[in-house]
Amino acid sequence: MAKLQGLFFGLATLVLVVVSTIYFMKDWLPPLRSDRIAIDDGIGVTLLVTGLVFIATNVLLGFFAWRYQDKPGAQAAYWHHNAKLEWTWTLVTAGIMFMFLFHALGLWASIQKTPPANAMLVEVVAQQFAWNIRYPGKDGIFGRTDAKLVDPGGFNFIGLDKSDPNAADDLVLPQNQLYLPVDQPVRVRILSLDVIHSFFLPNFRVKQDAMPGMAIEIWFTPKQVGDYEIACAEHCGLGHYRMRGQVHVVQAAGLDTAIAAAIE
Amino acid sequence: MATPVLDAPLFAQPGNAAVAPPPSAALPEGGGGGDSTPLRFDPTRFGLWAFLGTISMLFIGFTSAYMLRRASADWSPISAPPILWLNTTLLAASSLTLELARRRLRALDLAGTARFFGATGLLGALFVTGQFLAWRALRAQGVFLATNPHSSFFYMLTGIHVLHLSGGLVWFAVIGARVRRLALAPGGDGLGLFATYWHFLGLLWAYLLFVLFVL
Amino acid sequence: MAHAETAAAEAHAHAGHAPQAFIWKYVFSTDHKVIGIQYYVTAMLMALIAGTLAMLIRLQLAWPEKTFPALNFLTKGYTDGVMNPEFYAMLFTMHGTIMVFFVLSTAPVSGFGNMLIPLQVGARDMAFPFLNGLSYWTFLPGCIVILSSFFVGAGAAAGGWTSYPPLSALRSAVPGSEMGQTLWIIGMVFFIASFTMGGLNFVTTILNLRTKGLSMMRMPMTMWAMFLVAVLGLLSFPALTAASLMLLFDRHFATSFFVPSGLVLSGQLVNHQGGSPLLWQHLFWFLGHPEVYILMLPALGFTSDILVAFCRKPIFGYKAMVGAMIAISGLSFVVWGHHMFVSGMSPYLGMAFAVGTMLIAVPSAVKVFNWLATLWRSRIIFTTPMLWALGVVSLFISGGLSGIWLGQTALDIHFHDTYFVVAHFHLIMAGAALFGVFGATAFWFPKMFGRMMHDGLGKWHFWFTFLAYYCTFFPMHYIGLAGHMRRIYDPYQYEFLKQFQPLNQFITISAFILGTSQILFFVNFFWSAFRGKKASENPWNAAGLEWTTPSPPPHGNWPGEIPEVHRWPFDYSVPGAEKDFVMQTDPAPIGDKAGSH
Repeated sequence: MAKLQGLFFGLATLVLVVVSTIYFMKDWLPPLRSDRIAIDDGIGVTLLVTGLVFIATNVLLGFFAWRYQDKPGAQAAYWHHNAKLEWTWTLVTAGIMFMFLFHALGLWASIQKTPPANAMLVEVVAQQFAWNIRYPGKDGIFGRTDAKLVDPGGFNFIGLDKSDPNAADDLVLPQNQLYLPVDQPVRVRILSLDVIHSFFLPNFRVKQDAMPGMAIEIWFTPKQVGDYEIACAEHCGLGHYRMRGQVHVVQAAGLDTAIAAAIE
Repeated sequence: MATPVLDAPLFAQPGNAAVAPPPSAALPEGGGGGDSTPLRFDPTRFGLWAFLGTISMLFIGFTSAYMLRRASADWSPISAPPILWLNTTLLAASSLTLELARRRLRALDLAGTARFFGATGLLGALFVTGQFLAWRALRAQGVFLATNPHSSFFYMLTGIHVLHLSGGLVWFAVIGARVRRLALAPGGDGLGLFATYWHFLGLLWAYLLFVLFVL
Repeated sequence: MAHAETAAAEAHAHAGHAPQAFIWKYVFSTDHKVIGIQYYVTAMLMALIAGTLAMLIRLQLAWPEKTFPALNFLTKGYTDGVMNPEFYAMLFTMHGTIMVFFVLSTAPVSGFGNMLIPLQVGARDMAFPFLNGLSYWTFLPGCIVILSSFFVGAGAAAGGWTSYPPLSALRSAVPGSEMGQTLWIIGMVFFIASFTMGGLNFVTTILNLRTKGLSMMRMPMTMWAMFLVAVLGLLSFPALTAASLMLLFDRHFATSFFVPSGLVLSGQLVNHQGGSPLLWQHLFWFLGHPEVYILMLPALGFTSDILVAFCRKPIFGYKAMVGAMIAISGLSFVVWGHHMFVSGMSPYLGMAFAVGTMLIAVPSAVKVFNWLATLWRSRIIFTTPMLWALGVVSLFISGGLSGIWLGQTALDIHFHDTYFVVAHFHLIMAGAALFGVFGATAFWFPKMFGRMMHDGLGKWHFWFTFLAYYCTFFPMHYIGLAGHMRRIYDPYQYEFLKQFQPLNQFITISAFILGTSQILFFVNFFWSAFRGKKASENPWNAAGLEWTTPSPPPHGNWPGEIPEVHRWPFDYSVPGAEKDFVMQTDPAPIGDKAGSH
């Protein structure tokens, strides 16, 4: 049995390489429905590069384990450094990492850049365990809110101060339903009423923690009409697993009617 | 009786060639070190410095939290209770008497050592009492732990500093018993180590005052 | 520190005579070998508990719709055979906490560190033996406090092992946030105190008590790892101490360090103001990331030392390996923000942290290449420890590469808090550390108990563990890509996750096999400790200093004088040498200059 270990190890790494290659070929990502295709491309490039390194290093590891087993008459080399080789692989790795970094920072900057002027504004207020959606209405300005006014019994989930003139045309949707126009950039202001939640739209490559005490704004452009899921990605308590919402991407022209219908 | 025992230099600083003892005679052989190898540093002293390093990191952690928290809107500074300045003087004086005690010990004046060393402990204990009085003064003004972030930090940081200082007083008691028994045998560097720790706490206090009320 | 000045004298007294009474010899011992074993055994028992918690997590994820009436009797976390969501939260919180701190920091660092440091540097004991004993007896109450939290009021902490406030700060936020979270903090304070005492001992012993001739650049990789780990621990744990104290104040004394104003919890206005939850995350991860390397570096050290012993070939690129470890340790202090890319932290900070994160891949890659070069043209003897060492290399490759995915800020938007992250850290951090511990156990067992571990049983244990480990954690990459979130009690509430139930069931079955196969280890461990084949002084024909003393080493570690060191511990297959290894203590002027500088 001892003799077979090297062979076993070689085979095990080979199986690992083959099986993982086959499975990584599949498209595991949820269908993309936003403009953030650059993230998918980044994942693709990373998969390719790391995949090749994975295959190469594992094949070497398995091969060496099989090839250099102790056999009668075998002799190990007394060889323990080679400056040229070591510098080469250090610098090549550093070069590859630098390229990844360069690309990653560019991508990050493009996602974080100022949203276009025509972007629509919507607010998501997370609470245990629901998403409250608010639109600013025609004035484009959100009315004042105050935690003291929060009154779930009176359906004022986010503590909207109705005495504020800006609040008059604010539209607060029933919980967990978000309506977005297709092909138009949207700015989403994310808040939390209690603990940390994370606003996750798998199909849109969007994720942003809802941090209590902060209002964090992100933006993206929905690209296809349809109904998708909102998930909470940050553990927020007992009901974390059922803090599920829906995004309805509709034609821009039909957005107001869709929202009005939802409020009904 | 004292003189032959104190023959070897007591308070050798590593790296100070003038007083460095021969390794075989004065430095502890420690847990190992190779039977015939001179130690690289005095391990106990090194361990103490490492410990001071980790305490420093603790307070750096608190300080960075303090800086971040101070930037928020609800920050309202409290004013320092005046007794703090008296306490500061007491602590500084205790460091001074400790140095005098070490000097007396170097001169082999054990009575003088005991006197100054005792004064150090007394001043330290007075400092702790003074800190309690400072907390009481703040409470009397209606400034409690949860009143505002500055008061929270004040109570917490001074409390943790007092805890470390109380640890120092326990150590003081241990050495105090020894000073009386002339147990500072050759090779022992107890007073020197204690002094390092005590001065460190003094500096730490100055730093805390600076962060809390000057910065 | 009151004991410090007596410690050295005490250690000296030790060398002379060993304590005789059972209680001083095996319970309140100050002998580093006994303390090491105490730490190790405690950690392994904690692993058993934390592993069981993981099995329950997996059971829930695979079949949330099924009822398990049998489990009603085992735990109050089940009602009518269905797991309660709050119990699920406690499971993953405590699984993480116990594994990270009480198992994978403890077994390799406190366990093998104490065991090996004096043996590998040539010292009679640690620098401060009393402090060392005290550190174990501070650690044990920490374990008890953490475990006892399951049995108080609303149960154990349930805010995740990261204990993000406000969830962990507001007692009404989640049931475990009552007494459980307080006990969590107290347990952590005990742990940190014990780890600090250990760290002081490690640094001092390695720097000051090396035997004659053992320069830093002749130390085994394990000693480098232990040294760096101790430095990391001493510098990073205070941040968690500070954060934990502040959390305790927020919870019990109504301060507002982490809790902002205007929170409404179940319709009630929370009476706090102005605190910052992000502040906790910064402090926590300032510890948390170096902590990852505290787990991993010892395993990397063990792996290097075990690889050379069974490759019969010197380590390749020793200086680069040491340099890589130092670089990893240094960089680990400037990458903590990569846990917070989507937390709302400034995007510019995110960029800065991405730089450090991508940089740290370079020394990690260097380690892999050096290991491969060590294997090249070697003469591999497949013992159990060697298999584990190869396993570490494999896991380090698999887990390391996914780090490149996660380190790219924009890609992390999709991966953050999904099973991709779970796969990543279970392979690289947990897996490498666990495999390293198993390898070290098999390799240094003779020095622990004077006996050999059963090799056949060890190999079966390896193969079951290795295959089941990959089957458990590798598929998590796929569901992570698909967006499967972590810490989800019932994933199938979501339409887009329903399709992954079969894959989750596959993972669960693999996890059960993984868990069950650990029985092999425990049987082997206890059987071998008492009945195993007696080990000679140097059963592996290894070259290191620890193999020059009887197995197990006597009190004081060497019966006579402590040997002098003349070369590095990697002189295998030296041309012209009589045997295929040259002991580190061999004064003969053979071998390469690298070994004798």
